[in-house]
Amino acid sequence: MPPVARPLSPHLQVYRWQIQMVTSILHRASGIVLSVGAFVLAGMLLALASGQEAWDCARGLLAAWPGILVMVGFTWALCYHWLNGIRHLVQDAGWGFSIPAFVRSSWVSVIGSVVLTAIICAVAICCGGVA
Amino acid sequence: MNSPDSLRSPVKNARGLGSARSGVHHFIVQRATAVALLVLAIYLVVLLVSLIGADYAQARATVGHPCNAVMLVAFLLAMFWHGKLGLQVVIEDYVHTPGRALACQLVVVFACALAALASVLAVIRIALGA
Repeated sequence: MPPVARPLSPHLQVYRWQIQMVTSILHRASGIVLSVGAFVLAGMLLALASGQEAWDCARGLLAAWPGILVMVGFTWALCYHWLNGIRHLVQDAGWGFSIPAFVRSSWVSVIGSVVLTAIICAVAICCGGVA
Repeated sequence: MNSPDSLRSPVKNARGLGSARSGVHHFIVQRATAVALLVLAIYLVVLLVSLIGADYAQARATVGHPCNAVMLVAFLLAMFWHGKLGLQVVIEDYVHTPGRALACQLVVVFACALAALASVLAVIRIALGA
């Protein structure tokens, strides 16, 4: 709690949900998820550098079903953060600020991330994953 | 604060006390690392997918290839830097007690720095065949 009780602006519960706020919240959430993923990647590299035994153990964790689900989650978070990151960079450059453009680009981020994730998972399965 | 009858300019107060002239540094570095990661993330996904089904020796050979090692180190540095900047803003937004906020910021900085050092060292070890 803040040390001084100041009046608060209205928060999530009073707003009607709209796609623009969903993309904003998801960007932050996926960013936090990806920070966790960064540490998983660091752990995998350390295991690979440590030797065969550590690598087999780490690889076994990710190759089991819970691990695969987590990897799919990280993949979606990366796809979403990547796509919506492009959207934010374009907006930083001053483009796409009309409300229709804002709504349209929001949907591109959300739907595009699911499509990208599906493509990556399909390629991964074709390469002999989930085994 | 500047009192109305003060002869000092506001710059005098801003200097050394606030974010004067360094306020956009966070913004710019966050965007710069983001642009780098736009490219490097594609590279990482392709690399990881290519590693599916690889055994230990193949994985080490792939990661240790000079091109892959350089790109991986670049990705790791950009990623942990970008992640540190993002988590910093999350803490600034949600942790309102100064002491707790400072503690969280330190944990994020130390964890990201340590993970970046460890993962880069791991790639270098693999690349040099240690």
